[in-house]
Order: sequence, then C-alpha cells, then structure tokens
Amino acid sequence: MSKRLMKGNEAIIHGALTGGATHFFGYPITPASEIAHAAAQYFTLAGRTFLQAESEVSSINMLYGAASAGARVMTASSGPGIALMAEGLSYMAGAELPCVVVDVQRAGPGLGNIWPEQSDYNMVIKGGGHGNYRNIVLAPNSALEMFEFTRTAFALADAYRMTVFILSDAYIGQMMEAIDISGEMLKGERKPWALYGDRNSRNNLITSILMNPELQQRHNEKLQHKYREVEKQCISFEQVLTEDAEVIFVAFGISSRICMSALRALRARGIRAGMLRPKTLYPFPGEALASLAAGGGRTFIVVELNDGMMADDVRLAVGSEPMLLRYNWLGGVVPTVDEIVQRTLQDLQKEA
Amino acid sequence: MIKHQKPEAFYDTFERKGHDEKVTHYCPGCGHGTAQKLIAEAIDLLGIQDRVIFHSPVGCSVFSYYYYDTGNIQCSHGRAPAVATGVRRTLDDAIVISYQGDGDLAGIGLAEIMHAANRGEQITVFFINNAIYGMTGGQMAPTTLLGQKTATTPLGRTHGRDGEPMGMCEIMEALTSPVFIERVSLSTAAGVMKARKAIRKGLESQIQHKGFSFVEILSPCPINWKMTPVSARKWMKETLEKRYPVKTFRDQITERPEIDTHQRLPWLNDEELIELLQGNEVLPVCSGSGEAPEEQRIKIAGFGGQGVLSAGVLLAKCGISEGLEATWLPSYGPEMRGGHANATVLLSPDRIGSPVVDDPNVLIAMNGPSLDLFEDTVAPGGWIFVNSSIISREVRRKDVHVFKIPASDIAKEHRLLAAANVVMITAYMVNTKAVSVETLRSILPVSVKKQEYVQTNIKIIEQTIAYCRDA
Ligand SMILES: Cc1ncc(C[n+]2csc(CCOP(=O)(O)OP(=O)(O)O)c2C)c(N)n1
Ligand code: SF4
Repeated sequence: MSKRLMKGNEAIIHGALTGGATHFFGYPITPASEIAHAAAQYFTLAGRTFLQAESEVSSINMLYGAASAGARVMTASSGPGIALMAEGLSYMAGAELPCVVVDVQRAGPGLGNIWPEQSDYNMVIKGGGHGNYRNIVLAPNSALEMFEFTRTAFALADAYRMTVFILSDAYIGQMMEAIDISGEMLKGERKPWALYGDRNSRNNLITSILMNPELQQRHNEKLQHKYREVEKQCISFEQVLTEDAEVIFVAFGISSRICMSALRALRARGIRAGMLRPKTLYPFPGEALASLAAGGGRTFIVVELNDGMMADDVRLAVGSEPMLLRYNWLGGVVPTVDEIVQRTLQDLQKEA
Repeated sequence: MIKHQKPEAFYDTFERKGHDEKVTHYCPGCGHGTAQKLIAEAIDLLGIQDRVIFHSPVGCSVFSYYYYDTGNIQCSHGRAPAVATGVRRTLDDAIVISYQGDGDLAGIGLAEIMHAANRGEQITVFFINNAIYGMTGGQMAPTTLLGQKTATTPLGRTHGRDGEPMGMCEIMEALTSPVFIERVSLSTAAGVMKARKAIRKGLESQIQHKGFSFVEILSPCPINWKMTPVSARKWMKETLEKRYPVKTFRDQITERPEIDTHQRLPWLNDEELIELLQGNEVLPVCSGSGEAPEEQRIKIAGFGGQGVLSAGVLLAKCGISEGLEATWLPSYGPEMRGGHANATVLLSPDRIGSPVVDDPNVLIAMNGPSLDLFEDTVAPGGWIFVNSSIISREVRRKDVHVFKIPASDIAKEHRLLAAANVVMITAYMVNTKAVSVETLRSILPVSVKKQEYVQTNIKIIEQTIAYCRDA
C-alpha cells in the first residue's frame, strides 16, 4: 500500500500526471483554484509545463495550441470560467482536438457563491458552446475517482479526439480521501494528425472552418458518427442494490454520496431503496435506466443540486410511465441524509 | 504586375481552396497577398519551412493555410497569441508565427496579444493594420482613423463616441519584454522592401531565441475603403502613415541575451515522478486495536488556529493506516467567518456514503461556541470531548458520554499550544478505542511538517494517555 490522504482537487493533478498530462494552463477561481495550485507545484517540479493564463478564454486557447502540438493538456475552472471557454470548447470539438477540462461546480447564476451546485449540467453535458458537438463527461463522486477518472481521461480524449470533462463540485473537490499512487504511468503517443514543427507533420492542418456547406455537413456527420460510437462504448455507471429496489435514486457527484447514506437508512427501515449512479453523464446510461423501468412499479427519485436538469434526461430514458420525483436543492444548499429519507418516506406514503 | 515565382513556403497549387487553385482569394490590390508572400519568402530564405507553424486568425486571412506549405493552425477570433503560446510551450524547435488583422488583434484579442507580448513569448506576430474590418464587410476597427467612414461609422469615426485610433506599436513599446517592434507600410515599392527586411528580422529574432517580436504592416483594403488599388496606396502614404508613423520602435535583437521562456526543470522519469507525488506522505500500515469500530462520524470544531482541520486530517490518516475507509470535509466558505472552523471526519470499515454529517456520534469541542453549536446534534449514546481549559460550562446532554480534558493547558506545558488538537484526539482514541493511539504515533513523522515537533507531540500524547488513565 502506498496511500496518501488528499483533497479531491489535489487528486486531480496526481491523476493527471500519472495519466501522462504534460501541460496545464489555468486561471484561478474558487473552488477550483487548489487544482491550479497543485498543478503549479507538481507539473513544475516534474519538468512539465504549468502556466497561469490571463483569462479562461486564453486558457482554453492555450489548450487548443498545445493539443494541436500533440500534448496531453488540461485546465480546471468553475462555472463562470467554463462559460468563458464555450467558444474555445466548440473550436476544439470542430478541430477534433483532445483535452481534459475540470469543472468544480459552484452555485450560480452570475457570480453566485462558492458552495456546491450541479447546475453546470446542461452547459457541460449538452455542449455549452455553439454548434452540434459533445464532450465526454465523467462525474466522480470521491477523491479517489477524481484521481482515477482524470488519469484515464487523457487516453479517452486522445482515442476520440474529444474534450473530456471531469464534472465535479465544491464538496468533492474539498473532500479528502485516500489515494494510492503506485499505479502504472500512462503516456501519450505521437499523433499522426498533430503538428510537431517537423517535415513529417508539415502538411497537417488544424482547423474548424469549412466554408462549403456540403463539406461542413460531411464533417458534422463524421462528428455525429463518432459521438454514436462514444455512446456505444463509453457508458459507465454504478448500480447499488437496484435488483430488488422499489425506489431508485438517480444521482451523481456529491448528491450520490448523500443518496448512498439515505438508501442505507431507508433499507434499515424496510424500504427497498437502491441507486443508479451515472459515472458518465455523456454518454448517459439511459438504457440501464430504461431496463430498470421496464418491469414497472418502481419509483425513480432524481436528486440533484440544480432544478432537475438530469431528471429531464432520466425522464427521456424511462419513458412517461414510471413515477419520477425530482428532489432539488439550489444556491449551494446541500441536503442532509435525513431530509432525503424523510421526504422519500412521505412521498412513498402519498403514493400508497 | 510582374509575375514572380511562388516561394517554396507556398503550395504550388492551392488545393485546399477547392477552386481557382492558382490565385489567392484576396481582392485585387489587397495587402494581405503581398504581406503573406513576403513572409513566405522570408521562410524560404531562412530555411525554416519544416519548422514553421503558422497561426491564421479570423478575418480575411483565415484561409492562410490554403497557401502556406507549413504547419497550420486556424484560431478563433483574436486568440491566436494564446494558441501560439500553447504551441510554443509544447514544441521547443518550432517557429511560431501569429498572423492577425487589426480587428482580431487590437479589438477582440487585445488581452491575448498584450499578455503574450508581456510574457516575452518566443513568437513572431505579423499585425496587418488595414484600419478596417475586412472580412465582415468594412466595419470600424480600433485602428480606424478619425473621420473615416465605415459600415458602422457611416458619418465617420468620432473621438467622442468611438475613441481614438489605437497605435499598437506605441502600446507595445510600453512593455519591456518585446525584443523587436517595427511598423512598416505596403504603400510603395520602397515600403515593401522595408517590410521584407522587418519580416525577416522578426523571424530571425525567434530563430535566435531572443523573444517576442512584433511587426505591424500597414496594408491596403481597397474594397472596404471604396478606393481603387492605386488611390488606396496614395491614401496610405498621405493619411494613414501620418497617424501611424513608419519606424523601428525597438530593435534589441543583437544586444539581448538568448532567453528560455519555458524555464522548465528537468523532466522526471516514471519513478522520480511517483516519488514526487508520494512525497513523504505515504501512510504506514498499522494493525489498530483489533476489532473494526462502528462508523465514526466525528465533528471537530473550534477557533481557526486551534488546529481543528489538521486534527481531522490526523484522524483520517489513522483510519486509513488501520485499513478503514475515511473522509475528511472542512467547514467551508462563510462558515469560516468569525474565526470558526470545523472538520467532519468519517471512519468506517464499509464504504462511506455522505461525507456531510448532521448527526455526529463524536463531537470534539475545542471552544465554547463549538459546544453551543453542535451539542444538540450529537447522536444519543455518542461522545462529547470538551477542552476544559477553555470551556467552563457543563455539557447539558445526559444521553451521551462526556470527557473533559484541559487540552490547551497540557499543550502549553510542552510549549506547543498548537498541539491542543493532538491532546483532544488522543483523548478520543484512548476513550473510544475506535482507532489506536499507537497508529497516531506512527503517522506523526509523515504528518508533522517540522520534524523537531514529532518528539514533543509524542510527549504530549504520553501525558494525555496518563491523564485519561487517571481521570
Ligand atoms: C467571436 C467572433 N466575433 C465576431 C466574428 C466575426 N468576424 C469575423 S472576421 C471579423 C473582423 C476581422 O477584421 P480584421 O481582424 O481587421 O481582419 P481583416 O478581415 O481586415 O483582415 C469579425 C468581427 C467572429 N468570427 N467571431
Ligand atoms: S476585404 Fe480588404 S482585407 Fe479582405 S481581402 Fe478584400 S481587400 Fe483584402
């Protein structure tokens, strides 16, 4: 065992470096700044590159440049900064450049506050910027998953030439847990499409402009085809005691941790509660939800720190039949385990 | 016009263009074609074609990659200097060129160009000043002259509404990092000759690792100026160059030393990297006191500075060393105001659900307000540990175990007041046996920043154990 106790935000950087990341560009924002602090220390000491950009607009464009040059590159921010990156993320998608972006969500809209929300869901999962594009979105719910998801995110980004988001929140970022750093070191390889400033790569072109509508259409079809592949191959989720469950929580990130405790408390009271926790939000585990809904008779409770953004996707997946409840908290307020338990008990009683 | 041979750095036929593959897409008399050809010739002359990565902006020159037989990146509007920075920081030997219009560079992209320049980014910027937005149909640019009519200043640019035309070389000159700053003009054949030289210098300074260079090229846009190519060049000479004097603003290529913008430390290999990441913080494996405890939901609270957060860290570390699952969550944001701090630690043999706890079964109260705040939340049958050096009142609850210890006094005796937190968690360990004090001893060396304090802490632990025994 070689375990260290560390914050989720710091675990991101440990995951990144063992995942082969070589470049970090970023701009400070609470509650994501600790990621930049850890990057400034570890990337620099490891002989990798850390640079503080003048804005998030610049950060994402530095990623665009470094990714064009074949680097495994990343940034980290929170809602207001991610919003500023929207155009750049769209360009990355258009030019099919791989990168990893961490969003440690805070409350909004506007400046909001630094407490956790999950209200960047639509912005990050549905694209955020202009045009028909997708990001792969991983949703860790522990410091360990902050480490592991970031570690593997770079390979995923390279494989599909896409942006991979780590969608976290202020609590998962602040929380400390044990991380084992003895795993295999991953590395990027030379990319046939990237620019290296040498003869072999001289004819490569990084661009997202296709002035001819037919060509742009063909390019979009290619992207869409890629996204369908991602949907086939990359879905990941966890099921907790769903087999016999009459109530199924659907939650990610910090909400899923609270639901985990809530479902245990409900089981202790004889309520057969379970949980489906998406680890990937795009691609979304819709089919798994659909098959849970198939037998009928189950109640789905979607617990989120937003106004029900993921619940819309759950509804799409399970169809109009099943009972679907939305438990939502906004503004940085995080529910207690007991609040969820009591509300579930009340709602089940109403149903009966 | 004399037909010159195409430079090597240009493709023979512009296949990426898709039609009319022999000519550029620029309007007749446009300065972009001339400037780009000069750059291509300089690339030939300097023998750097394979190394060049050419950044095209958004603007009329967005399609520069039709022409340059070099590495090409098309950037978003105004951000080429940031993209070029990303490339520069990745490829040591590439020759990085950013080619930008005046809307792109002096308007939307002002922040990016200024910061790249200020960092002394090892790149060469060619700035095409045509005093107008070309591509989008002739709107006002930051460089548009006072009185100049454009699509968005139909009556002419005015000082009051639109501000003054911006001289980018003059602004650039205020920064100390750029090594070469020059403004040239394509208004006359002599001007073109000067431009050729400046372009070459701009690239040479990069080849010699001298830093950031900036070449502003006054360039005609006859279409949007609504002039013939000939009258456009005349207007440049007589009007544009009055506002934008053609000159060398700075040339320190020879005297400046080579710079290393990366300032990178040596690259660590896999083993060195693992060693760096593990630091000296890898936790020892400890056997604990035998039986796994029931889930410990511990709230530690006190003044900021009483080591509340680090006491939580020590507890979490002990748990991990004993093979338990552990989470630590600090009080956060506004909760921290007024100097209060608290940490929540969960220790469990099973996977931990919520790291947020509303019914702790252990409260470690370092000061009065903490006891007031959390006493009622403690689960019946739980424990409350009271720092009796500071808290004078009794615990009201009758359905919990209470243990009082003068933690601050014990710590003070060892001249380490900051270790009152260690007294408190030792008392917790001794009384509940949830984790072993032995474990706390073993993790101190990987937890205490100053090694000379390890021994003091051990002594404090011993005294606390004795106090608990006698209590
Ligand atoms: C974010 C964004 N805003 C606006 C535009 C539209 N646009 C394209 S080119 C351009 C102006 C370019 O002018 P300039 O940089 O002077 O280059 P020129 O065309 O004159 O060479 C604008 C506003 C854009 N592409 N992206
Ligand atoms: S619009 Fe102006 S800048 Fe653009 S190609 Fe035509 S002449 Fe050149």
